Amino acid sequence: MSVELDVFVGNTTIMDKEVYQLWLNGYTVNDAVKVRIEGGVMEECEASAEVLLSDTMDQYRTFQMCERLLHHPAKLANQLLFQIPPDRQAMLIERYALACQFNSLDFVIIQFQTFICISLFRYYAFDDLFVREVLGKKLSKGTKKDLDDVSIKTGITLKSCRRQFDNFKRVFKVVEELKGPLVENIRQHFLLPDQLARDYAAIVFFANHRFETGKKKLQYLTFQDFAFCAGQLINNWTVGAVDNMMEDMDVDLDKEFLQDLKDLKILITDKDLLDQHKNLVCTALRGKTNVFNEMEANFKNLSRGLVNIAAKLINAKDVRDFFIDLVEKFIEPCRSDKLTSIDVNLYLTHYTNSAHILDTFKHHAVWTRYMGVIKSCILRMYHD
Amino acid sequence: MPGKLKAKIVAGRHLPVMDRASDLTDAFVEVKFGNTTFKTDVYPKSLNPQWNSEWFKFEVDDEDLQDEPLQITVLDHDTYSANDAIGKVYIDIDPLLCSEAATVISGWLPIYDTIHGIRGEINVLVKVDLFNDLNRFRQSSCGVKFFCTTSIPRCYRAVMVHGFVEELVVNEDPEYQWIDRIRTPRASNEARQRLIFLMSGELQRKIGLKVLEMGGNAVVGYLQCFDLEGESGLVVRAIGTACTLEKISTFPATATHPNNSSPSKDMKEPGFGEEAPGVPLSSGPPTPLRAQTFSSFSPSKSYSRQSSSSDTELSLTPKTGMGSGGSAGKEAGPLKALLRQQTQSALEQREYPFFTLTAFPPGFLLHVGGVVSARSVKLLDRIHNPALGNTRSYKLLDWNSFTADEPETRDAWWEEIRQEIKSHAKALGCHAVVGYSESTSICEEVCILSASGTAAVLSSRFMQDGPLDTEHRLSRQPLCVFSTGSERVEGDMGSSASLGFEEVVSPGCGFCHIPYDELNIPFPAQLTYCYCCRRYKVPDVLFTTIDLPTEANVTGKGCLIQARLCRTKKKAQGEGNATAISSLLPFLEYELHTQLMNKLKLRGMNALFGLRIQISVGETMLLGLASATGVYLTALPSPGGIQIAGKTPSDITYEQHISTMQKKINDTIDKNKELYEINPPEVVEEIIGSPIPEPRQRSRLFRSHSESSDEVSELDLSHGKKDAFVLEIDDTDAVEDIHALLTDSPTPAGFYSCNTEIMPGIQNWTSAIQMFTSVRVFRLNANLTNQGLNKIFSDLCENLLKSLYFKLRSMVPCCLCHLNFTVAIPEDELIQVAVTAVAMSFDKEQPLENGKQSGEKTLIKAITENDEQLQFNLELNAETSSHNPLSSPKGLSEVGSHLSARASSLEKASPLPEGRSRSLRSNRSYSGSSVAVVKMTPLSFIPGAKIIKYLGIINMFFIRETSSLREEGGVSGFLHTFIAEVFAMVRAHVAALGGNAVVSYSMKECVFMENPNKNQAQCLINVSGDAVIFVRESELESTSVQTQSATTHTSNGGEGT
Repeated sequence: MSVELDVFVGNTTIMDKEVYQLWLNGYTVNDAVKVRIEGGVMEECEASAEVLLSDTMDQYRTFQMCERLLHHPAKLANQLLFQIPPDRQAMLIERYALACQFNSLDFVIIQFQTFICISLFRYYAFDDLFVREVLGKKLSKGTKKDLDDVSIKTGITLKSCRRQFDNFKRVFKVVEELKGPLVENIRQHFLLPDQLARDYAAIVFFANHRFETGKKKLQYLTFQDFAFCAGQLINNWTVGAVDNMMEDMDVDLDKEFLQDLKDLKILITDKDLLDQHKNLVCTALRGKTNVFNEMEANFKNLSRGLVNIAAKLINAKDVRDFFIDLVEKFIEPCRSDKLTSIDVNLYLTHYTNSAHILDTFKHHAVWTRYMGVIKSCILRMYHD
Repeated sequence: MPGKLKAKIVAGRHLPVMDRASDLTDAFVEVKFGNTTFKTDVYPKSLNPQWNSEWFKFEVDDEDLQDEPLQITVLDHDTYSANDAIGKVYIDIDPLLCSEAATVISGWLPIYDTIHGIRGEINVLVKVDLFNDLNRFRQSSCGVKFFCTTSIPRCYRAVMVHGFVEELVVNEDPEYQWIDRIRTPRASNEARQRLIFLMSGELQRKIGLKVLEMGGNAVVGYLQCFDLEGESGLVVRAIGTACTLEKISTFPATATHPNNSSPSKDMKEPGFGEEAPGVPLSSGPPTPLRAQTFSSFSPSKSYSRQSSSSDTELSLTPKTGMGSGGSAGKEAGPLKALLRQQTQSALEQREYPFFTLTAFPPGFLLHVGGVVSARSVKLLDRIHNPALGNTRSYKLLDWNSFTADEPETRDAWWEEIRQEIKSHAKALGCHAVVGYSESTSICEEVCILSASGTAAVLSSRFMQDGPLDTEHRLSRQPLCVFSTGSERVEGDMGSSASLGFEEVVSPGCGFCHIPYDELNIPFPAQLTYCYCCRRYKVPDVLFTTIDLPTEANVTGKGCLIQARLCRTKKKAQGEGNATAISSLLPFLEYELHTQLMNKLKLRGMNALFGLRIQISVGETMLLGLASATGVYLTALPSPGGIQIAGKTPSDITYEQHISTMQKKINDTIDKNKELYEINPPEVVEEIIGSPIPEPRQRSRLFRSHSESSDEVSELDLSHGKKDAFVLEIDDTDAVEDIHALLTDSPTPAGFYSCNTEIMPGIQNWTSAIQMFTSVRVFRLNANLTNQGLNKIFSDLCENLLKSLYFKLRSMVPCCLCHLNFTVAIPEDELIQVAVTAVAMSFDKEQPLENGKQSGEKTLIKAITENDEQLQFNLELNAETSSHNPLSSPKGLSEVGSHLSARASSLEKASPLPEGRSRSLRSNRSYSGSSVAVVKMTPLSFIPGAKIIKYLGIINMFFIRETSSLREEGGVSGFLHTFIAEVFAMVRAHVAALGGNAVVSYSMKECVFMENPNKNQAQCLINVSGDAVIFVRESELESTSVQTQSATTHTSNGGEGT
């Protein structure tokens, strides 16, 4: 004796936020039921476990049906299969409008799609813990196969891991081919709010350049640290950063710029220039910090580190090591000298500015463009 | 007479990828009507093609227009191989054939494939030009309006109710044709879908013809059903009630005296002033305006006046009175004579006095006798279909000979049943059957035909001299339902009084009074004097299939009551099987009845409304499910408790057992009484001793033999109320019964449920409604006893309800209205239960009032629309009396200008300064936006909103099949998707008609078959409803607030008198 078939379909689609979250987190129906029972929904509504199971299965089915649409969010604007509860719309419109500063979409579309868009955000939301594991990895089948390890390591269900991974991959595939600003593309194609779109841009960017993020030395960095750095790189070092032509690609670094970076080597290869630079920096720093001696002693070392990173960036392989290099060549020495982040800021500011005063140094534009990003990345990464 | 159908294909979107190589599609469209096909150009390499085709024009007969759907097929062009079909859209163009419905179909419609489901959408424009407008109604049934709604549609008034119409058409089921062996499942499904579309169209046309013959212009309560008889064919049958409807034209009605104030007051009072209903209520100016009043009042409006006296609203007019432009005063004179004539002619006509309506204009329903039902078991033998015999292979059938032969049989079957119903009704002293419906259950070659209804006496004062038991009582006379209120106001009172017509019965209890002779009661019943008026006899319980009359006096709230029964049956073939079933049926019915009665008593209630008994037959069992809404009618005696008696009180434990059970039962009754707020006024008991009726002016009753009930004093009134219902539990059956009684779990707090339109005791609905369909299939173990089966079946239904309550918990406080259960036995050992209902939330705030008043409020609430209309018309008239309403062409524009006139005169920034026409337009544009919300409800109204236009009937049939069941999420996933798709398609078609809601929606068929071993499943769904445009009352705020407060005020005032 068993229930062979059990469905509930409303004219307006009923979606339980709580169950939705459980589904997103990859809970099986039975586990979700357990969580709900513990949540006390049964006592609230005089329901039995049986009822809860039926409801959960129903909700899961609804989400699965939604999933197809969620994969192509642009279609959501005029899909007919789900009707959103009209009474919730008014409330949701406001939240939605706040959440994603949408101007381009017709008001009406927003009105009818808010509910689903909210679901969409959730669907595309990810765990920082998880993304940290796959950040910079190739979004390939191989990586996907390793997700069970990630799942064990992070305690996130495999199902949820897979969904998140597939989301990354889907977004990557779509924007890879697109021209124009990366974040904007993601926002338009996946109807995601600004912050989430930026995060996805970072993920795509990292995956594209395969930045190494998994090394032990980098473990202390959070996804948000990397996302910030990615934002810096996207905004300053890509082709799209300099001129906003339609042809621009936001995903790739500006090859010309990378080529020019090689010219910075003069700062460390030319002995005079190096000494001159050191003197200028030291003069500016003297008396302003109590770690002056360490800074002075380490100047050449640090400068070499930063310029070498710049010079190497033309090689794709070295691009991957960008972050590990920053840590090894700059952050770690500074840290062992017990510099505070204020010290680092001070140091980098003067280091950058002093170079402009050097007589024989001609690459001011490239230097500014390089050091701007380096400085903000290092400052962001300079924590425990 | 021909017409021109025009179609334009605009664009497509979200098309599926048909070319794997390019991930794109080269789509084009075929537009087919009848035998003519047009094609668009191929729009290469796009999933969102823009065809923007020319107008394809089809010149066709209107007969074809009615029968055929417009068939749009989207295909993928393939240079080298055959073009692949993406999917189809069938468009029923019937709504375009009626001038009062939709004028254009325009919008995005889902492209549907029976294997893949919805595959993108297509934007189309469809119009119809009918030539020769004047003659239209003469030659075909184009223009006859169809409504699924089982009451007079909200923005119409009934000029006449002509009576029963029925028709059936038969065809061979394509699924069983020889060709099905060689064609693809898709082709077979499409053939079936198309055939059913054609048959429905034909059926509707034929019914339309009958309606025209009767002189009507509409079918209300249209109920169409399919019988999938398998090998022996496919029957599509329909019943309905032919009416002459008139759109409520919203002319200014009458100049109301400023002091005499709002018309609602005028109309309120006559009902209460029983002695003198015709008191000069209106001192409005006389003559020329009277005629106008007439047509401007809606019949439904007076639903809200629960106190209206029955007699004045109904009177008979000759057929020529259709236009009813004359004032009542004028008509009343010749009326009597005319009636006589009609009675004569009626004698010669033979017709079933059946009405598919479940709600009536006030006063139409005089007395209710009880439920009448008839069943018969038939063998679907091939002998009945000679054409279907061996000749079926290898050559196309001669449909003509086939159809000529076949319907006779089915017709004869139904005729038999209807005759039986008629005679049952007669036995109850009733001349009519209301709330009538028919259904079938088929298993292999056995078919159970069922019909049921409520025997009733309808207002037909023209029959006053005739003997009551005349067979021809109501037969074919058109009953004229005058528009309400106005006549009363204007002095129709006087005239009817002079004719001696009026029978003043308090409308709140009148329908409960027995129509049969108390000395000759057809069944054992205890009669008492009516607890309301103390004048007439009422039964102790009342079962009906209709909705609770709006004017009924009810104490407390109602609730859903179900009796569920499962009986095993031996497997048998042919005649033996049929005999076995026939012999089981009476027991099944009896037990269902007993269960219902027990559960009713357990809830402390005394009447059932909306009773629907469904009996389903399977190979090895019979299922019976009776659903109804229990209420406590104030007019009926309080039900006695349930007493358990053991026949053999041998030992003490047994006695104890009994007494604990008795206690449990008593506790439950008390708890239920509290839950449903059943506390009948105690006053009643005091009066019992002195049931002296007030002297009545009117001595003549329209039914001769009910005069006896005037002799009140002779009866012992008290005897009926004491006695308890005794349950003897010396046998297992009774134990089982009691068990079933006590296992029904109560509804969770904040929930109410009913299967009728209105829940007594609940008003102030919010606008939050949620229509839903839930389906469950349960697999049984073999070898279950009757008792085990019963328990399983009962649990299945209970659990389903529990699930619904849980799902809808966010809507609390809420009421599940129109809970419609359908049971089926799709296979051996499978039980399928499908439920469609609407959850409506309400505000609890409202202080609870006694049933009478609250009932009234509900009505007011539900029907405010007409009041509003009415009222601002009246007020308007006062302001803009210069208007000549008769010269104005049609309602809408009129209303518009009036509204605007009023709005401006009020100097308010009203939300509808440009009036109705404007709101119509805005509505259009609304639905034109990317996705409009379309509400769906099985009820005939939308709370908090006003239906301003009926766009036509929606009657859709879909088949979905899969051979990758697992991949689609198993049976549940498959059906879930399918139902969601059906909803989406209904919504899209309604939106394309320009509507924003479907009312009276029902899922009439949901046949699900699976074969998990083959990974296959198939499902057929048939849905229907009325597409409408509604406007939120809040959009009419400035007007409605005022009118409503006025209404409430006056009704309260009325209460006092």
